[in-house]
Amino acid sequence: MPCGLFFEKYAKDEAIFPTLWLKLWMVALGVALLIFPWFAQILSDLMGINLLNLFNLILIYIVGAHGLNLLTGYTGQISLGHGAFMGVGAYTVGILANLGWPFWLALPAAGLMAAAVGMIFGIPSLRLRGLYLAIATMAAQFILDYAMRNWTALTGGSSGLTVPQAELAGFSFDSDFRFYFLALAFAAGATMYLKNLSRTRTGRAFVAVRDRYLSAEVIGVNLFKYRIMSFGISSFMVGIAGGLWAYYITIISDEHFTMWLSVQYLAMIIVGGMGSVLGSIFGVVFMVTLPEILLIPAEAMTNVFPHIFGIFASLRELLFGLIVIAFLIFEPDGLAARWHTVRAYWKLWPFSY
Amino acid sequence: MQDFLQLIVTGLVIGSVYALVAMGFALIYKSTSIINFAQGEFVLVGGYVCWWLYTSLHVPIIWAFLLTMVIAVFMGLILERLMLRPMIGEPIISVIMITIALAMVLKSMVTILWGTMIEVFTPPIFSQQAIHLGPVLVSEVYLWTFGFAFLFLGVFAAFFKFTRVGISMRAVADDQQVAQSMGISVKRVFAISWSIGALVSAVGGILVGNINGINIALADFGLKVFPAVILGGLESIAGAIIGGLTIGVLENIMGSYLDIYLGGGVKEIAPFIVLIMILMIKPYGLFGIKEIERV
Repeated sequence: MPCGLFFEKYAKDEAIFPTLWLKLWMVALGVALLIFPWFAQILSDLMGINLLNLFNLILIYIVGAHGLNLLTGYTGQISLGHGAFMGVGAYTVGILANLGWPFWLALPAAGLMAAAVGMIFGIPSLRLRGLYLAIATMAAQFILDYAMRNWTALTGGSSGLTVPQAELAGFSFDSDFRFYFLALAFAAGATMYLKNLSRTRTGRAFVAVRDRYLSAEVIGVNLFKYRIMSFGISSFMVGIAGGLWAYYITIISDEHFTMWLSVQYLAMIIVGGMGSVLGSIFGVVFMVTLPEILLIPAEAMTNVFPHIFGIFASLRELLFGLIVIAFLIFEPDGLAARWHTVRAYWKLWPFSY
Repeated sequence: MQDFLQLIVTGLVIGSVYALVAMGFALIYKSTSIINFAQGEFVLVGGYVCWWLYTSLHVPIIWAFLLTMVIAVFMGLILERLMLRPMIGEPIISVIMITIALAMVLKSMVTILWGTMIEVFTPPIFSQQAIHLGPVLVSEVYLWTFGFAFLFLGVFAAFFKFTRVGISMRAVADDQQVAQSMGISVKRVFAISWSIGALVSAVGGILVGNINGINIALADFGLKVFPAVILGGLESIAGAIIGGLTIGVLENIMGSYLDIYLGGGVKEIAPFIVLIMILMIKPYGLFGIKEIERV
């Protein structure tokens, strides 16, 4: 392990993986993720959780959380409508796939559709900031939610819409095992994209808009363009996540894409760390795993409290709320910041000062 | 025409409760700059606490009403001290998120304690008997609700206008630093704002609970407040009252005339469509302060 960083060139400092060790660790992580499915069954039996299913959900949500993190963490535009934008993606896939569109066309279409909707509701962001934008996107959430529920001719309403399985070049992603690789590819792609985007002109413009938008405009960043662009890319990613979700679950209904999902997305990036690629991953892992883990003590307690499953949803919500509050008060920079502190401590150990 | 008048009258009654809750919301925003997504949960808690005291514990209604108000005030104080005060100076996103999380916590606690069934005040406090008001038929409970809502609106308007505390609150809303240098305790004003915000919402909850019964959907009142305050302008208390009444009438009219075309439930989202339109046309509302920024 290196005990310090001694770069001699700016290019080196800008590199995504600056040290050899980090590269090796990344390769190791990549290999581990690739061979994981073959061991998933054994591990699942050991832990009593369906790990592959959990991982697939995590990977899908990572794509969406990256999207929201780009908008909220990097550009500083809060959105309470991402749950609905994900729904737009999912329904686009659902409708197009039923019309016979292949996977490789329907999924980008889902992203584009979500991006279009997101950009329309993002238009007020030019004139509105912070509080007002939160309210505007919340209204978007309710309106889209209503459309999904009541436009039955298109969405099937509350009875839902069946989606065929994803198929690419004759290969059908019809099991948890097969879908894992698809989701992994998209999650890895989204992660690489966001990591790279933050180092480009566009990414720096986003951060400038977040930090002090008036100064950004003075030095020539076109506020409207970059805000709308941020809304577009962000909704595109969350739309892709929705499309993947539709292909994975294969039946979609409006119940999934409510305000609760939008809040969960925000909770993910807050718990993970806003404006950090690692943060969205940590946040998703934490927030998706938590309810699964909570089920174990809940099941154990059914003997003592037979009604526990009746109030389980409320208990989970209560805990979610408390966790978010605790993070905001005690660790506002999220898990990613904590991770960096821990890592820095061990890197310098025992000579930390 | 008669139907139309009927819709306006019932809309005004519900709108008066919106106005009450929106006043609490605007008050909190005005003096603390915090946008409170948990306002609807205050309504919910108020309704449930009063119902529980009255129906389960058989407390006489006057006392149940007063006790609920006291509990709401304490709830506001405690929440302000424990959760909102550490948030001073944090980014807007964090503050918004903490009130959303607070809403989740309050809502889930209510479901854990009292379940999700619709509960009614038994025996009913106000009679449901219909009264003729010219061509319009209104049930008595609606009139009481309207009267009480306006009583509270009037009392608090007078409170802000004439009392020492009310004036200090307006001073803090105007400029915190100047107010502080004049010897006004900003922290105290924050605490008072939150407790009044919780109190008026709880009263709103009790009033609506008497009309339709109480269940978890009462929290939606907090969401309807957003269109009301956006229409009136976030900083304006008078705006909140006018906005609340307008939204109440608008959602009633749009709901009953558009339901046939859009397949039901228009009432739920009509306020939000209005909201988006206001934000696009006149983002700072009727009486809001237009932000002028200098570099």
